[in-house]
Amino acid sequence: MNKIYDIIIIGGGPGGLSAAKSAAENGAKHILVLERDREVGGILQQCVHNGFGLHHFKEELTGPGYAQKCYDLVKDMDEVEISVDTMVLNIENKSDDKKIVTCVSPRNGLQKIEGRTVILTMGCRERTRGAIRIPGYRPAGVYTAGAAQRMVNMEGYLPGHKIVILGSGDIGLIMARRMSLEGCKVEAVLEICPFSNGLTRNIVQCLNDYDIPLYLSHTIVGIKGRDRVEGITVSNVDDSMRPIAGTEFDIECDTVLLSVGLIPENELSRELGVAIHPRTNGPVVDQHRETSIDGVFAAGNVVHVHDLVDFVSDEAEIAGKFAAIKATGNAKKATLDINVNAGDGINTCVPQHIRLTSGEDESVRLFMRAKSPQRKVTLHIKDGDGEVMKKPLAIVKPSEMIAVDIPAAKVKNIKSDITVSIEGAK
Amino acid sequence: MKTKADVVIIGGGITGTATLSWLSRYDLSCVLIEREPDIAMGTTKANSAVLHAGFDAPTGSMKAKMNVRGNTLYHEIADEYGLDIKWTGSLVCAEDADGEATLSELLARGEANGVPSLSIISGDAAREKEPNLSDKITAALHAPTAGICWPFGMAIAFAESAVVNGAEIERECEATGIKIEGGKVAAVETTKGTIETKFVIDAAGVCADTVAKMAGDDSFSIAPRKGEYILFDKTAQGSMVSSVVFPVPTKTSKGILVCATTHGNTFIGPNAQETDDRSNLSTTPQGMDEIIAGAKKLVPNLPLGASITEFAGLRAASSTGDFILGESSVTEGLILAAGIQSPGLTSAPAIAEMLTEIIVSKTGAKKKTEYKKFIPAGKKFNEMSDDERAAMIKNDPRHGRIICRCETVTEGEIVDAIHRPCGATTVDGVKRRTRAGMGRCQGGFCGPRVIEILSRELKKPIPEIRKDGIDSYMYYDKKYGDGGDK
Repeated sequence: MNKIYDIIIIGGGPGGLSAAKSAAENGAKHILVLERDREVGGILQQCVHNGFGLHHFKEELTGPGYAQKCYDLVKDMDEVEISVDTMVLNIENKSDDKKIVTCVSPRNGLQKIEGRTVILTMGCRERTRGAIRIPGYRPAGVYTAGAAQRMVNMEGYLPGHKIVILGSGDIGLIMARRMSLEGCKVEAVLEICPFSNGLTRNIVQCLNDYDIPLYLSHTIVGIKGRDRVEGITVSNVDDSMRPIAGTEFDIECDTVLLSVGLIPENELSRELGVAIHPRTNGPVVDQHRETSIDGVFAAGNVVHVHDLVDFVSDEAEIAGKFAAIKATGNAKKATLDINVNAGDGINTCVPQHIRLTSGEDESVRLFMRAKSPQRKVTLHIKDGDGEVMKKPLAIVKPSEMIAVDIPAAKVKNIKSDITVSIEGAK
Repeated sequence: MKTKADVVIIGGGITGTATLSWLSRYDLSCVLIEREPDIAMGTTKANSAVLHAGFDAPTGSMKAKMNVRGNTLYHEIADEYGLDIKWTGSLVCAEDADGEATLSELLARGEANGVPSLSIISGDAAREKEPNLSDKITAALHAPTAGICWPFGMAIAFAESAVVNGAEIERECEATGIKIEGGKVAAVETTKGTIETKFVIDAAGVCADTVAKMAGDDSFSIAPRKGEYILFDKTAQGSMVSSVVFPVPTKTSKGILVCATTHGNTFIGPNAQETDDRSNLSTTPQGMDEIIAGAKKLVPNLPLGASITEFAGLRAASSTGDFILGESSVTEGLILAAGIQSPGLTSAPAIAEMLTEIIVSKTGAKKKTEYKKFIPAGKKFNEMSDDERAAMIKNDPRHGRIICRCETVTEGEIVDAIHRPCGATTVDGVKRRTRAGMGRCQGGFCGPRVIEILSRELKKPIPEIRKDGIDSYMYYDKKYGDGGDK
């Protein structure tokens, strides 16, 4: 109990595990990972499909396979302790190098644990029916796609037999295929935007291959059925996403799955006082993934929602490395703090600022999301003096994160706030 | 189920359960029947959860009398029953001379009704209490005795206290007929058998007229009036209100309010729509727009992005416009508690007291010599200090496992809610008792785990676990090749 950890990691998903591995490799001696579920791996445990790991591990893995790989890399490390079935209730920032984490578990009761640094890797949660105000009755049979995925893949039950999916985000698309494979009929996937919000490969492999219709610019305007879903009313929507009267039609179904967006889970971060970015809904971080509070780092979906777990691991390794450097007293003092602004065509950009130390900075990777789908564009990174760098991109889509590295040589030359923008043919 | 009882109550809402609790103090055998899988599933689960001060109803009406008496009784019994009540006070806000004139009328009426400590305050004074109120508000009627409550929690506490004192609650049991012999109640026929009784209390909410007709009394009718609501996340309260804020009332309704809940959420609503369908609990796009527009008059900058759920409730408006309380003039032994719309929640203990007096005077029943003091479910883990939490986990390690992250509800609390007298049998039943699933993720994470716990504790397979209503089954077994029919 009186042990002081170098790093306490909140959440044992791919982010937390990757951060732990990197922290140990970078000199941290005492690392504690707190996981609230029965085992580590996070949401990957229910993602039984493949397609994970191509970038980070250079091989194609299933979700549990990816989680296992992350776990295998840390399980024998003396530096890393993992405590499952443990829920963090509160994090206090006592000083720059003293954080107190209060957590509970059936085995250890209520504990207050001290760490020099904390890494937030709590992931994200699904937006619900209530958040988007779908009208109608409130019967059984309306689930977030992830909750249904857990029941189908981990518990072994079906949410229903005639399915409509609202939202063409990746979880929705994956569940369309999953339900089809389970012998259910997926009647339709509805998307309020004029474009899909999922990866192209998922549209092809999960909808087209199963002849599942995708209705773009459509949404649900009513759910029928008092006890159990009996059907829905669908409407076309206009450019501002308002239903167009007279375009309604009904679809008979017993289940509605919602894949209408993910929200970084930052209740603990907010209570701790970490600055939250209004667009990403995650902590504002620098290139080391340090938040607005000294010694508190954040990585993965808690910072901004990723489409590939590979990038979560990449980002968490950065956080783990710099938390280790900080915890061991080797952090260099920043001499210049530069804001990274999202300009034309860019919705979000992480990190939101870069802290430069004199002379010896490393390359910085920026993760961005475009506002709308476009082809043949140029990504510009400019500071007050002009172009830092530019990069042509064949295609950009809101659903696919853009990752661009600013080489160390160029980082060194940045003198003032930079703006990232997309320019080019519409 | 008993085949004979002194009193049968039809309807397990706040009125029925409060009356059962009052009756259980007497040496009477009582059965409450409820057609749904849980109590508090009608109007009690979808209303404004306000304990009104009592200035709205016309002086001399049953509504006025019961409201003021009920408010007083809640102040007295809150601790005994462990009720979640916050006496926040309420404001009725006017924004012009006509509105201010109405405030003066309400003040006078309230004083005539016996409501204490009413006053009219300036717009600025109102904004001092509620800083997010509109600049247009010029004056407000302040009622310090008004409050907010946790309505299902209250009904559940009433029900539990009655059960520990020998009353019986039969759920999923619908009244199908009432046997009359010589103009007197003789028995209640239900989907689970017949109960011989001399007294039936009709607390059937929007179906109170149907039940009365079963006993030959068609002297009134109920016209359901739907009200829709939007509930907001706890993070929204800072930009909304921390008490009860009404607009100036109209003839039919107290208007669309902006109101805090006892657990730190905020809601807006209700509108008022007549409906023929007594189970129409659907929300509508028009309704949402209407309540948003209405609420914006009070709090212009609503954090609409922070909504977490929407719901609708039915008010049981009677053809007389007032509560219909007391013995039927047609059938002896039929005791009516009908037309219980607002301020029905506030009035429930007063109605219970009144109906109990009627039964006692007609039966000569004596108070029980051994009335068991009811032990409420106790403080929630969420509201405890770290030391209290540590002690609780030590006592039962299941409190160390948090099932609902948003509301910090433990496995121990959920297991307790299932095994308490009149315990939860459905996912929403667990939610109403523990708040698991009531937070911002709306059960996205904890739903599957609550189902698993219900399945384990009730020794029922997962496909038999329901969300709320009779046929609200949630998950099905995987069966290949047969279309997977349940």
